[in-house]
Amino acid sequence: MVTTATSTKGIGTREREQPIISPLGGRGGGGNGPRGNGGGGGDRPRDDERFRDDRGRLGMWVGLASILMLFTALTSAYIVRAGLSDDWRPLQVPNFLWASTALILASSVTFQMAHRAIKRYEVKTYTRWVTLTGLLGLGFLTTQLLAWRQLVAQGVYLASNPHSSFFYLLTGVHGLHLLGGILGLGYLLARRWNKLASREAIRRRQRAAGVIGLYWHFMDGLWVYLFLLLFLWR
Amino acid sequence: MAEAEAAHGTHAEHAEGVHRHPAPTNFIRKYIFSIDHKVIGIQYLLLAMASVFVGMFLSILMRLNLTWPGTKWPILGTLFPAGAPNGIMQPEFYLSLVTMHGTMMVFFVLTTAPQGGFGNYFLPIQIGADDMAFPTLNMMSFWVTFVGFLVLLSAFFVEGGAPLGGWTAYPTLSAIGKDAGPGQGMGMNLWIISIAIFCAGSLLGALNFITTLLNMRARGMSLMRMPLTCWSWFTTAVLALLAFPVLLAAGILLYLDRNAMTSFFIPGGLVVSDKLLVDHKGGSPILWQHLFWFFGHPEVYIAILPGMGATSHILSTFARKPVFGYRAMVFAMFGIGLLGFFVWGHHMFISGMSPYSGMAFSILTLSIGVPSAIKTFNWIGTLWGGRIRFTSPMLFAIGFVSLFVAGGITGLVLGQTTLDLSMHDTYFVLAHFHLVMGVAAIFGIFAGIYFWFPKMFGRMMNETLGKLHFWVTFVGVYLIFAPMHIMGIVGMPRRYAQFTEYDFLKPLHSLVLLVTIGVIITATIQLVFLFNFFWSIFKGRRAGDNPWEATTLEWSTPSPPPHDNFAGIPPVVHRGAYEFSVPGAARDFIMQTEPEPGEASEIVSTEGSSGNGHNGHKH
Repeated sequence: MVTTATSTKGIGTREREQPIISPLGGRGGGGNGPRGNGGGGGDRPRDDERFRDDRGRLGMWVGLASILMLFTALTSAYIVRAGLSDDWRPLQVPNFLWASTALILASSVTFQMAHRAIKRYEVKTYTRWVTLTGLLGLGFLTTQLLAWRQLVAQGVYLASNPHSSFFYLLTGVHGLHLLGGILGLGYLLARRWNKLASREAIRRRQRAAGVIGLYWHFMDGLWVYLFLLLFLWR
Repeated sequence: MAEAEAAHGTHAEHAEGVHRHPAPTNFIRKYIFSIDHKVIGIQYLLLAMASVFVGMFLSILMRLNLTWPGTKWPILGTLFPAGAPNGIMQPEFYLSLVTMHGTMMVFFVLTTAPQGGFGNYFLPIQIGADDMAFPTLNMMSFWVTFVGFLVLLSAFFVEGGAPLGGWTAYPTLSAIGKDAGPGQGMGMNLWIISIAIFCAGSLLGALNFITTLLNMRARGMSLMRMPLTCWSWFTTAVLALLAFPVLLAAGILLYLDRNAMTSFFIPGGLVVSDKLLVDHKGGSPILWQHLFWFFGHPEVYIAILPGMGATSHILSTFARKPVFGYRAMVFAMFGIGLLGFFVWGHHMFISGMSPYSGMAFSILTLSIGVPSAIKTFNWIGTLWGGRIRFTSPMLFAIGFVSLFVAGGITGLVLGQTTLDLSMHDTYFVLAHFHLVMGVAAIFGIFAGIYFWFPKMFGRMMNETLGKLHFWVTFVGVYLIFAPMHIMGIVGMPRRYAQFTEYDFLKPLHSLVLLVTIGVIITATIQLVFLFNFFWSIFKGRRAGDNPWEATTLEWSTPSPPPHDNFAGIPPVVHRGAYEFSVPGAARDFIMQTEPEPGEASEIVSTEGSSGNGHNGHKH
């Protein structure tokens, strides 16, 4: 889709080109010089360093920061609300949540296996592990839904008490985000089938897998955090 | 050398020769669902322009009701049969005007135009990139925002009309539905949905801005060589990235409270109209205030920081002097942004908070005066001794400084708990934030439009009309907001539909009338601007590549810039952004793309291979 020439050839050619570009790098220090005019002095321009296309990874980190803020805000609301009144009745841990925790932890491991496989250019193994990760993710969502059904069967609804409100809300918002992660895995698989693997194509996949992996592990860690928040902080 | 040249040529070819997306050929991809950041920037500007005129129209209606309460306006009866039966405005209708005016102005004008509009258009060009980092995401963020605007507008046309809660939507009134007033039913739901959509759009935008700035700069464009506009867009994006999720979280909670009977914000045992509303024991409306203002205060800086960046940029260009204290400006901007996250409590001094937290919030609030003063004095320092060219953009930039000082100084009054006790929720507050966040930011937008119009459309705006627009607007806004300080000190409360019941406010009526006259004059002159804008797109004098003799990268490319901004030849940056009146230089400005004299021959030869003119004036 949108990939630059830099991103297709960047990694492979960067090292080779370094010495050729370095004469240009000698101009470092640029326009500030003795005049100290216009814009701060003494900074080192990046002449000698080829532009490194890292926008996928960077964008993902930035996106994760905003997701983190969303859950931070909800956490602060959770803590404040817990201290407000005596109708805060913490839930017992629904059994299914242990299963879902195990599933999502396992999915991080399988994703890591996938990432390792693609780094070694083992495309088939990679596909297998990515698929397994996706299935574990779906398993996680299923157990989350089962946990909801379990609570509903016990007569615990969204509005039953503030703790149940937060339980449904936090698991729901996290589940939606995880669904996004599963779509990301689907994207990785779609690219797998896109064309026969040249080395370049695999390098692109390595990067894509790295970026999606960030998200996936973040969602895993986020779930562990939410689990602890919901059932330890009560 | 020849070898290096040849290698450089191939290098340039494969690394930079291919633009990531080809120029679109059909109308829809070119002008509607475009992924070109320039088109998206203009779309944002047009959205803001539509929104600002609706918002201004609403404020005129408010002034009419305040000045001549109870008068029949037959046209209103036709337009809003429920809100103004027989043409007489109901108090609830007035409140819905307040809400919609505030929401449109804050979100869809002050947040979209400076950041989404100019930021989108000029951030990539000023750092020498061919587009944003994620062009498709960029398109999505605009269209998401657009949908948010439509949802907000639709609130006018649902049963009960637009919401009444103000742009801050305080519970409990916003949380209990129709019992709180006609617009608090469906209208309020739509308001929350619209804001949630807006949050999503802004987050996508912020993500794109940050990644673009960090990862897409041209060769030689070190951080400290960036124009201050880029710094301001970057800081704003960071603020948006961290603040909007909090508003989103609060919005979700409020929506659940309204529609799923949860108890986050509605206090227990709440009785409205002799009816016990909830059976739970208690949430807290104050919790909403904390969440809202944790977003709301950074939002103020989201609105004003891009204006600060544009002002610094424009003052330097037309004073023909480098920005005074470039680094200090950058750090002051970050200082303001950082402190902005720790002062939300000053909106809640009278919410019953502990006096100790009040004091802490107060001290932190007043300390924002330090970076603000650094910026102000540096602007004055930039002007000092310059050979100033009083063009329309320059006038608006100077106007920005004036309004920022006039509005900021009352921030020091309101930031003190003791004074705020009596000033809170009066017209004094209204005057303060309209001057510093509203009108100053609008002046920043105007300065930007007059300054960058030639680049965006290839033609100049009419200077005479521009100056007329400036002077009338400048005098007009002071005419509107200066008297409001007095009203506030006397004790006139905000958000009241009329003051006929209060004897102690009767002597103020001549001031109320004066303000309304100011509003009508100021609003009328905006039509001149509107005419100038659209007329100049087609009939304005043709602008060259660099009509203002400015230094930054956007002026080294044709007006308007080609699809990939630099016609396939990425610029190389050799110097800082504000090299004006350099002693010994041939001209009084040196473009960022011009190499140092000593290295000229080497550069020309290496760059000759890629065909780049070294000062961008050879198109």
